[in-house]
Amino acid sequence: MTPDGLRARLVVTRPSFALDVTLEAAPGEVVALLGPNGAGKTTALRALAGLTALSGGSRITLDGEPLHTTAAERRRIGMVFQDYLLFPHLSALDNVAFGPRCHGASKAEARRTAAALLERVGLAEHAAAKPRRLSGGQAQRVALARALAVHPRLLLLDEPLAALDAHTRLEIRSQLRRHLADFDGATVLVTHDPLDAMVLADRLVVVEQGAVVQQGAPAEVARRPRTDYVARLVGLNLYRGMADGARVTVGELLFSTSEHLEGPAFVAFPPAAVALYRSRPDGSPRNLWQATIEGIERHGDNVRVHLDGLIAAFADITPAAVADLDLAPGQQVWASVKATETHAYPA
Amino acid sequence: MTSSASPSPDRAPSRGPDRAPSRGGPAGRRDSPRRVTGRLPWMLLVPAVLGLAFLVLPLAGLLVRAPWPTLLQRLAEPQVLQALRLSLVTASIATAVCLVLGVPLAWLLARVSFPGRRVVRALVTVPLVLPPVVGGVALLLLLGRRGLLGQWLESTFGLTLPFTSAGVVVAEAFVAMPFLVISVEGALRGADQRFEEAAATLGASRWTVFRRVTLPLIMPGIVAGAVLCWARALGEFGATITFAGNFPGTTQTMPLAVYLALETEPEAAIVLSLVLLAVSVIILASLRDRWVNTP
Repeated sequence: MTPDGLRARLVVTRPSFALDVTLEAAPGEVVALLGPNGAGKTTALRALAGLTALSGGSRITLDGEPLHTTAAERRRIGMVFQDYLLFPHLSALDNVAFGPRCHGASKAEARRTAAALLERVGLAEHAAAKPRRLSGGQAQRVALARALAVHPRLLLLDEPLAALDAHTRLEIRSQLRRHLADFDGATVLVTHDPLDAMVLADRLVVVEQGAVVQQGAPAEVARRPRTDYVARLVGLNLYRGMADGARVTVGELLFSTSEHLEGPAFVAFPPAAVALYRSRPDGSPRNLWQATIEGIERHGDNVRVHLDGLIAAFADITPAAVADLDLAPGQQVWASVKATETHAYPA
Repeated sequence: MTSSASPSPDRAPSRGPDRAPSRGGPAGRRDSPRRVTGRLPWMLLVPAVLGLAFLVLPLAGLLVRAPWPTLLQRLAEPQVLQALRLSLVTASIATAVCLVLGVPLAWLLARVSFPGRRVVRALVTVPLVLPPVVGGVALLLLLGRRGLLGQWLESTFGLTLPFTSAGVVVAEAFVAMPFLVISVEGALRGADQRFEEAAATLGASRWTVFRRVTLPLIMPGIVAGAVLCWARALGEFGATITFAGNFPGTTQTMPLAVYLALETEPEAAIVLSLVLLAVSVIILASLRDRWVNTP
């Protein structure tokens, strides 16, 4: 138990919505809150910032000091908003200098701090520009500099890359990663993009319907999803069943797996591991089931086939295979997946 | 206007020829889906033109009947200059008073939720619909020498407001402040409050947020409100004459002078009216972009 970093239990109760999550972030650690829209990620972030009122049972400590009893303007936080919210009437420099000024720095001092930070994010030559003259990527970096200018112990990022186009996003993502690595306080970032979360965060906290459903290192979450939402995000087929040694029963289906388990278990396999046949293939009846084609769509270079039947599944096959098998929605096919590609873990 | 200057090839040529045969029928019209329009209904057109004439003709009459050759000479008359100066000074001071009191009031109405806020908002707008003479009587009852507050003001500070220039300012501010409050409150409601949240996360107190973020963001609304407020104060008649009287030099503002001159010296009334009309036109022109052209 160290008093360092962020420890929070956030409870927000509204008539149509309830949030109850526990969050921890060590100094220097980047925690990503990942979840579908409306899961409560942004509410959690706003609660940390003091912009949304917390309900009873909530508690936030930052470096051992209580935060939930502190007004927003007295919290040692920096926040980057989704659409940045740079003050339109102030230059980039004065936007960044705003925080230091509020913390009692003299005008010259605040501007020196701001200029150094703009330099650090590579925007020294845009210091005099008004926000409307900045591109999306530049505005994002000014917003980051503005948040860092108050020397926060907790940095909050709300969908920091969502407002950027694909090309800028790539570049800003790697820059942001670098700046977050330099930052010595705790960071909580909210995103619905698994790639942003994987690249930027040391730890993922998946929130669905106001509750934490899974957390862990990005690689761990990607390998062992525990909800359908996470499975979809990381691109795996996921089922819950009962394990008995190297077999897992999912409904009426029996999966052979490479792991040995007992009791409730998850089975996961990538769509690319699913093979489709027009007629029942010979051999083991394990990992084999009959399915109906629900839909066919393009997926990268391959074709993603949506299967329904005993279990719903995605299968990724080549366009050539689609032509060979003459697949069409509504058709009956046989699907199988190799035991070596099937991954089982305790539920 | 700008589209004719743009080199856009698909727009410019379609303009001219498209308009001419439009009566001929739909033949050849393949681009822009134009609304089908019939003849203008005279039931609407006639009253519309009459309404326009009703609004414009009196002003035109003012211009036609103005004693142009002697205009400058009449403007330079001491009474006119006196009334003009008094009007400009009192209206400006009244506007300043309205700004100092009205902007915080608008902020309170827009940003702080308190019980009875709707009632307060309704009260603020009362002077807007109240006959100004009634406002003047009400002011007398409160601030007059025998008034609830006026008595105390006189006994404690030796201050009397009625029938003084300060009284003119009070009457004008009373009538004009709702214009400012409503305009600023609208601007506050329209301003994105998340900027204020962003400022709070940067450590700004509510006062700093107001001063350094809110105020600059709503400045256009404040300016528009102040101009409207000033114009209303300048034209104030009823409350002024009731509360402050009609003493040349101290309380006789332009509208009062116009009214008085109409009985004794109609040409002078016209000249004074022209000045007020000119001021109105200038105000309208300065607010053109904000109020007239916005849909």
